[in-house]
Amino acid sequence: MMQIDCPCCGKRDENEFVCGGTTHIQRPPLSASDRVWGEYLFFRENPKGLHLERWRHACGCGQWFNVARSTVTHEIVSVYAMTEPAPR
Amino acid sequence: MSANRLASRFGTRIDRAHTVGFQFNGRRYQGFRGDSLASALLANDVRLVGRSFKLHRPRGIFSCGIEEPSGLVDVGEGARRTPNLRATLVELHEGLVAASVNCWPSVGFDIGAAADWFRALLPAGFYYKTFMWPDWHLFEPWIRRAAGLGRASGLADPDRYEEISAVADVVVVGAGIAGLNCAVAAAQAGASTLLLASSATLGGALEWRADPEVLTLAAEARRLGVRILTRTLAFGVFDHNLLCAVESLSPIYAGTPDRESVLRERLWKIRARHIVAASGAFERPLVFPGNDRPGVMLAGAADKYAHAYGVACGQRVVIAANCDSAYAVARSLRAAGVEIAALVERRPASDSSTGAEGLRVIGEAAIASVSGTRAVRGCTVVSVSGGMRPEKINCDLILSAGGYAPAVHLHSQAGGKLRWLDDAAMFVPDGGAPGLTSIGACAGVFARALAASHGADVGRALARGQAAPAAPVGGLGRSLASTYLPSLKGKQFIDLQNDVATGDVRLAALENFSSVEHLKRYTTTGMGTDQGKTSNVNALVLMGEFTGRDPALVGTTKFRPPFAPVTLGMLVGRRVGSLYRPLKRLPAAAWHETRGALFEQFGNWVRPVAYPQSGETLEAAAQREAGAVRRGAGLFDGSPLGKIEIFGPDAAQFLDLMYVGTMSTLNLGQARYGLLLNENGIVVDDGIAARLGEQHYWINTTSAGVERTAAAFEEWLQCEYSQLKVLITPVTARWGNVTVAGPRAWDWLAAVGFEASLAPAEMRHMTIRESRWEGVPLRVLRASFSGELGYEINVPADHVEPLLERLWARAAEFAGVLYGIEALEILRTEKGYVHIGTDTDGTTLPGDIGFGRAIQRKAANFVGRRSLMRPAAEDPGRLQLVGLLPADGRSPLPVGAQIAAAPPPTLTEGHVTSSYWSPELESPVALGMLARGSQRLGERVRAHYLGTTIEAIVVKTPFVDPGGARLHGGVASPSGAARHG
Repeated sequence: MMQIDCPCCGKRDENEFVCGGTTHIQRPPLSASDRVWGEYLFFRENPKGLHLERWRHACGCGQWFNVARSTVTHEIVSVYAMTEPAPR
Repeated sequence: MSANRLASRFGTRIDRAHTVGFQFNGRRYQGFRGDSLASALLANDVRLVGRSFKLHRPRGIFSCGIEEPSGLVDVGEGARRTPNLRATLVELHEGLVAASVNCWPSVGFDIGAAADWFRALLPAGFYYKTFMWPDWHLFEPWIRRAAGLGRASGLADPDRYEEISAVADVVVVGAGIAGLNCAVAAAQAGASTLLLASSATLGGALEWRADPEVLTLAAEARRLGVRILTRTLAFGVFDHNLLCAVESLSPIYAGTPDRESVLRERLWKIRARHIVAASGAFERPLVFPGNDRPGVMLAGAADKYAHAYGVACGQRVVIAANCDSAYAVARSLRAAGVEIAALVERRPASDSSTGAEGLRVIGEAAIASVSGTRAVRGCTVVSVSGGMRPEKINCDLILSAGGYAPAVHLHSQAGGKLRWLDDAAMFVPDGGAPGLTSIGACAGVFARALAASHGADVGRALARGQAAPAAPVGGLGRSLASTYLPSLKGKQFIDLQNDVATGDVRLAALENFSSVEHLKRYTTTGMGTDQGKTSNVNALVLMGEFTGRDPALVGTTKFRPPFAPVTLGMLVGRRVGSLYRPLKRLPAAAWHETRGALFEQFGNWVRPVAYPQSGETLEAAAQREAGAVRRGAGLFDGSPLGKIEIFGPDAAQFLDLMYVGTMSTLNLGQARYGLLLNENGIVVDDGIAARLGEQHYWINTTSAGVERTAAAFEEWLQCEYSQLKVLITPVTARWGNVTVAGPRAWDWLAAVGFEASLAPAEMRHMTIRESRWEGVPLRVLRASFSGELGYEINVPADHVEPLLERLWARAAEFAGVLYGIEALEILRTEKGYVHIGTDTDGTTLPGDIGFGRAIQRKAANFVGRRSLMRPAAEDPGRLQLVGLLPADGRSPLPVGAQIAAAPPPTLTEGHVTSSYWSPELESPVALGMLARGSQRLGERVRAHYLGTTIEAIVVKTPFVDPGGARLHGGVASPSGAARHG
């Protein structure tokens, strides 16, 4: 069970959070093709290594935030705000 | 008993002044306080303790610890019967009752032993190749009965378990000489330190030798404030340095079965900056024919029984040696008065110790066979090279000193790597693991002084945030990796619990299951309750021999928690009974109960399903209630209905993005029904949105969906539309909901003092008003799920009961009834109102339930809109919601009945989703999903259900009051009457 550093509440156990999957995904407009829309709905990268994802502190402050985490070691490299761009 | 007890100076754990009576397999025995069940049985010369899993071969006590593969027992009676405990760990208590497992009718005469006669037919993997013809299912029940070892009670566990979290700078697992030094040094350097010991006293492998250094260190640790937990077994390392351990508090078999519950175990979840593994090493047995017989034991175990428990495991001993430790054991046992017949040295002379005075050492020799099946009677020794004539030696105990296997489990779970030592023939940690350092025997450090000093160095370094020094591996001399001699006849065992022998490993190699993970699963070696603690290394070394690979290349199987078997109770903790699934109750639940409510669970709400009067069935009550609502008035507690308040300058725009239904055009006080979709276009919830202010909306959702909906709103706001200024406030528990419905609903409300401005003539259907009643603020919504004139009165939750009470007092004047969920379902089905999740499923789009036109009128790119533009969404063959009536006017159409032209097997055209007897029509009515349903009104279809076929007619809904006049309570409805509420 990981420990996640909520920007509002500090270090809390993983079971207080809900994972929202890959982050930095923009909602395509109505004019998007069926293919683009389908990929937005169902296709995700599955990297071995650094994964940028979003989490919500559901059993706490309720805030959504971004996390850069290694899918191999589960090390959390950084936590940053929902509206911030991907770290370099 | 006395024959096996040594002189009174032996036995550091036992108290000879206090005898303890216990039962084993129905016979009474005596032991001493401090004995384990295993030591007491050995003291009583009980050699036969159980039967092996597959072949039911006789089994005795093999070890003196957690690694025990053979001495498994069921302990306790009644609800406290606990299966498959290791007798070596069971502390003896007065009145303890224990029984052998996996044998019938008795361990001495076991029918299952016949399996051993057929052992040639039962090699590894036999079940992949047998029991198939003519049909596997013929064999399955018999195999299920034969599988398993002990027997669980089947009764509810009466005891309690709890969970506790802890934080520490340094947590040391293991209180041996290395662990104690580490904890003391860490605490001295200022770290908050936690020390875990799996046994009741500290000292690890030295604990039962009354070692003075151990006592000094333990006292120093306490003085320095080290938190010490005994009887606490660390069983797993998880992400981010979470160490989990189970603390045993109360012996499970103490007391009678019907005593009140005790706190049995405590799960410790320890978040540590540094974990130090000081968990020791397991002794490895030698491989020779007959090495599974009762009376073949680990050498260190016999030594421990002698010194800790004062028990001689045998009177005349042969020691098979593959490690220098054998000589120390020989000396130690001889000093206790045990006769050492011979030490059979398996290693070449260059690797062996020089021997000891008066000890007969047979060099470069191996045990070729063991005589005795239920107890060792003797053995035959041959030379490895074949030069010596076989020699028979009488003995009643054969000890195996095959070397050691460091307990690298925690290190490996933490992601650490292993390396193979050729000289000592063991895997040791290759450096540290992230957040975890190994010391002592589990790091491969067997020299006592080095283990102590390295342990202290590590504790000091970790406390100061420095890198831990490397472990000074060594101190055991040389051992052979493999002691297996293929020339010897007879089964040579690797895994004692699962009866895996060298022939099975060879078979796995022959069938190409040569990777270590395949070896494990194909032969089942290491898959017993002992998890291969005394067999895994022998197995992989042997596989390496058969396939020409070094042990390092074969490798180990992945180490996963738990390190040893743990109870389900410990994992579950307090989440049992009413805490397993917390239920939500109505604010006025007690009031409903006194009015005769029958409660059922709806999602996680407990709600009245009906209010049966004397002798009424649920069905009859619901029929009565529904009929009464249509004729007079009904009172319903809708408090679980989801309620969310939405505020903000962008609230209107936001709701347009969330809903099917344009909420931004609502006037002040106006309400509208809307659907919520997911991005795949599927209908997931419905409800009413009402405008309370320019920037203030009142949202109702389904009772089951409110949390999900509020979370979805937050997600869209925070993650996609973060520029919108909107505040979401769930208020379901803050506001109760008292619903009054029926033609006399308003009369009833007026009679208890509701404001005249709320009368149907003044307040239209689908509008919301803020009001007061007896000074209590209300939000009154004219809406209806019953199809009758309806008022949903949102009142602060603590005022629900007074309002119900006041209304109920006047019920008789208005022919008022209390009605529950079942009656509500009848009413809404009569009106054809959809129930999301009952009439819809994970494929239903808004157009399927009549919302196609609403979408075309909408401007916003609401959630799911793009998905409705896909070809599948526009397929005319889609299932659509329709009404159904039985052709004969009598036969109910069962929910789930499939609609198809012919009986199954066939493609279906739809199914029945809701079905009730209508008190209004005095016939069954139903709703269903039917392909192209809206085009097939009037058609006759066939509904098939479990072998019966019922003819039905597809009809338009509503079945009752199609014009909708009743919604308005007899007042002329405004043109363009709003849809159902």
